Amino acid sequence: MKSIVIGVIGADVHAVGNRIIEYTLTREGYNVVNVGVLASQEDFINAAIETSAHLILVSSLYGHGELDCRGMRDKCNEAGLDGVLLYVGGNIVVGKQDFIEVEKRFKDMGFDRIYPPGVTIDDVLQTIKEDLGES
Amino acid sequence: MPNYLLVDFGSTFTKLTAVDLDREDIIATSKAITTVDTNIVIGYEKALERLYEKIGSKIDFDRIIACSSAAGGLKMVAIGLVEELTTEAATRVCLGAGAKVELVLSHNINNAEVQSILDKNIDIVLLAGGANGGNSECVIHNAKKLANSSVIAPIVFAGNKDAADEITEILSAAKKDFYICENVMPRLNVLNINSAKDKIKEIFVKNIIEAKGIKKIEKTIDRVVVPTPNAVLMAAELLSTGFDNESGLGDLMIADVGGATTDIYSMAAGLPTQMNALLSGLEEPFAKRTVEGDLGMRYSALGVLSAMSPSEISHFNKKGIDIVMEATNRFKHIDFISESDHDYIVDDILAARCIDTATSRHVGTLKGVYTPMGIMYYQVGKDLTKANYFIGTGGVVISSKDPVKMLKRATKIESRSMELRPKAPKFLLDKAYILSAMGLLSMDHPEIALKIMKKHITEI
Repeated sequence: MKSIVIGVIGADVHAVGNRIIEYTLTREGYNVVNVGVLASQEDFINAAIETSAHLILVSSLYGHGELDCRGMRDKCNEAGLDGVLLYVGGNIVVGKQDFIEVEKRFKDMGFDRIYPPGVTIDDVLQTIKEDLGES
Repeated sequence: MPNYLLVDFGSTFTKLTAVDLDREDIIATSKAITTVDTNIVIGYEKALERLYEKIGSKIDFDRIIACSSAAGGLKMVAIGLVEELTTEAATRVCLGAGAKVELVLSHNINNAEVQSILDKNIDIVLLAGGANGGNSECVIHNAKKLANSSVIAPIVFAGNKDAADEITEILSAAKKDFYICENVMPRLNVLNINSAKDKIKEIFVKNIIEAKGIKKIEKTIDRVVVPTPNAVLMAAELLSTGFDNESGLGDLMIADVGGATTDIYSMAAGLPTQMNALLSGLEEPFAKRTVEGDLGMRYSALGVLSAMSPSEISHFNKKGIDIVMEATNRFKHIDFISESDHDYIVDDILAARCIDTATSRHVGTLKGVYTPMGIMYYQVGKDLTKANYFIGTGGVVISSKDPVKMLKRATKIESRSMELRPKAPKFLLDKAYILSAMGLLSMDHPEIALKIMKKHITEI
């Protein structure tokens, strides 16, 4: 069973979507490690180390995701999680911005998959399976 | 008339408590210097002689059981993967078993760290790492390092269960004395103390006391059953939770100030009492013990000094107390016995600082975060603001003229509002130093042990 670490990063307390993600991924047969809301980068990374996670899925709903995610890939590399996949989704930036631009900025920060508002976890399942080499 | 004799082989004193089960009370207590370096029986017999003198005649005991922290106590190394997770979980297991955690190691251990296990004469190695189904490379690497070393101490494996078979092969091929237990952190932030803790206690009884020359006493008494701090933990938990119809005291804390360490115990779930606080990090055990190796009245007196601010030191200087000289003197002469009023005042100052700093390190803390929904707090550790009782024990607290003043230093401090210290606890004193003895008695007669504690640990 592959492990996926999920949680809501930064000073963000939106708990509902995170629960839906946990429910869906568990149903799909993953070992879901939920670090919960108000999670720091270190919470995600420490959990990924202990559980040998293949994927870290970061949620952010309150607009400050860009600040909160900065340097996360470097910290993963530093922690020995070189190959770990990083996904981010939600309202990850302030205001309404051109998503192509947003996606590029997060790619430059080392994220593998970036999702705009309105994308549900079901929409992403197929990509997760492909990225984890399961289909 | 069934009588019990409870014995505590301490690092300095061998303490005896005689209990009359029918009367549900203590008959007498006594103590003598521990003689583990020569023959532990000599000190015990001296203490027994004093006990008989107090009682006025010899009496028979139906059962004599003991706990021990003599000959350096139970020295352990806690090995885990991430510092805040399995390493912390492993450390808590060691402390819960009553051990002294001499060494804490995380991630892949190196040769120098293996050497430090040898140098520190570790009694038992606790090897953890990885949640179940998670990382097993690290714990296997560490098992191999131990296998290829000259470490002969028993190894308790309590890491990722997926690695258990491979580790069994590695350690048995190297002919190590090892034991496989349940994972200390089976899932993220979930703490599982009992399996590894019970195994450590079993090894202590089976191997360690023999290695330390304590087992000789078993010709004279029935058994040495647990390390002393574990006996105190059992007593404290019983005193807090109660037994059958005999009610307990609810949430409580204990400070035990000794010559080398200050131990703080808390018996409480420690869940957030504030509306907007959110628990974060590894789960906390109900019965929690922390040990501060740098805070003590003699061996660790210099550590107490480092915990003092320059303004505090200057404050005492103005009062005519050269606290730097006094602490250094106590460190240099560990057999220093306070005689004058001045000596006692200095001891009180040092002990108060021990309690204050050790409590800071024991209790949980809040950290504020500004969110779009207003300020929220992360709570790391236990919220002990609602603790009903704070109990003082240890020579310096018991012999103090004003123990309340000293114990008050553990309570809420306005300037450090983020520390979740007890707000308004009642203060109790373990005057006759019976906690460890009652922990031992509770193994056979919990209700009587509880009644005796409620009678003798009194409000001050």
